[in-house]
Amino acid sequence: MAYSEKVIDHYTNPRNVGTLNKDSKSVGTGLVGAPECGDVMRLQIEVDDNNVITDAKFKTFGCGSAIASSSLATEWLKGKSIDEALAIDNMDIVEELALPPVKIHCSVLAEDAIKSAINDYRVKNGLEALELPKSHH
Amino acid sequence: MELPIYLDNNATTPLDPRVLEAMLPYFTNKFGNAASRNHAFGWVAEEGVDYAREQVSKLIGCTEKEIIFTSGATEADNLAIKGVFEMYADKGNHIITATTEHKAVLDTCKHLEKQGAKVTYLQVKEDGLIDLAELEAAMTPETILVTIMYGNNEIGVIQPIKEISAIAHKHGALFMTDATQAVGKIPVNVNEDGIDLMAFSAHKMYGPKGVGALYVRRKGPRVKVTAQMDGGGHERGMRSGTLNVPGIVGLGKACELCRLEMDEEAKRLSGLRDKLESALTTLEESYVNGNVNHRLPHVANISFKYVEGEGLMMAMKDLAVSSGSACTSASLEPSYVLKALGLSDDLAHSSIRFGLGRFTTEEEVDYAIENTKKAVNHLRDLSPLWEMFKEGVDLSKIEWAEH
Repeated sequence: MAYSEKVIDHYTNPRNVGTLNKDSKSVGTGLVGAPECGDVMRLQIEVDDNNVITDAKFKTFGCGSAIASSSLATEWLKGKSIDEALAIDNMDIVEELALPPVKIHCSVLAEDAIKSAINDYRVKNGLEALELPKSHH
Repeated sequence: MELPIYLDNNATTPLDPRVLEAMLPYFTNKFGNAASRNHAFGWVAEEGVDYAREQVSKLIGCTEKEIIFTSGATEADNLAIKGVFEMYADKGNHIITATTEHKAVLDTCKHLEKQGAKVTYLQVKEDGLIDLAELEAAMTPETILVTIMYGNNEIGVIQPIKEISAIAHKHGALFMTDATQAVGKIPVNVNEDGIDLMAFSAHKMYGPKGVGALYVRRKGPRVKVTAQMDGGGHERGMRSGTLNVPGIVGLGKACELCRLEMDEEAKRLSGLRDKLESALTTLEESYVNGNVNHRLPHVANISFKYVEGEGLMMAMKDLAVSSGSACTSASLEPSYVLKALGLSDDLAHSSIRFGLGRFTTEEEVDYAIENTKKAVNHLRDLSPLWEMFKEGVDLSKIEWAEH
């Protein structure tokens, strides 16, 4: 199975690799997946007073498509409001990266990571965690 | 040096040009059917087959009449196991094998379970070897066959074949081995090893794909298998079907070359393998899988903790290797062989198999070392698990969201 050019691009030159201070109130962290399943994503967002995501970072243990999905997610998140970020759907990632069916779970994981990071940010700032539809991997 | 570099010789090997040369005439002017007894075209083809039979039997120390040509090791495994099960049905229905066998053996056994066979799947120890005491304990008067592979395709460990066959024989059972990875690579002698049936394949030893053989003992004891294909009664009635003459000639030549060059080649390959392995295990948190004392000379299976195998292979883009990770499979299950050694799923996902071969050069191994090191470091820079490990976080204490 050959990888799409966009997957290779994100994999070779991943955007926004790194770590934000997880203890900061303005940072939300999502850690999803499991080592036993072969993929773990950590996605972090930094949010300003206007609920706009000013920075996003990731680190991912997983295959090329998992790395590309999270790299793309951080790229999309920057500059978006929280509400806009919540609207990102895994199928958008599938389409952008031309992921084959066996790799759709990578995009689902990236969507989960976004939502989990937003929830972490909300809880830290005294808001209720949003009820997220249970994704099916 | 040409890129990419082929280091997946356990999957298949390139055809040796000398083998190709031997085969070519049998595609064109020596095209006859080896079963045509009444004209020169048939005789010439039959001569080619006879000579190949001699070349094959010399490599494994048997007689020509004990070789049954097949389409490969999978067919040979099927013929041996199903054929013994049917032929010896009045003696018993119990078969013993191991969890790390090739699917051609495991799935054949599973098939037979549906037809009334009782199958014992022996666990292996952490180093990949079976426990002889467990084998002994599993033997029953109903046991007709013990089938344990010679060398493992994923980790390269070599089972104690002589000891295993002795236990099988002591209890009146036949001993069969899938020796696909071992024949041609290390000395295999069916008499010294006490082998009654043995499957192997040409394309793992620089021969062509689509041809292999089953060794079936004729003396002490005389072993019989029930044919699994009906037809013209070729191969002493055990395997019908017009012989694949060019393929068989290729298998013969491949066996001859392996026999003549084995000693030197095994030394060269284990030297290169050791170089690769010792260089790569200088990376932190990297582990060699399987017993390092009893194994094939050309295989190294290494887990690089905190990086995922498929992602890693993508960074090793100039190297053709394989991984125990199964990110692409529908089940998302990592290698069952590595799991059978007791490796945790995450270590199994992190494994890479390097399979060296006749055409692997030292320059290529040096390149592979640098390329792999770079890739592991690149992936670790991206790995949240590596970061956590470096911060001293106990990953086993984290509640992961299983999916």
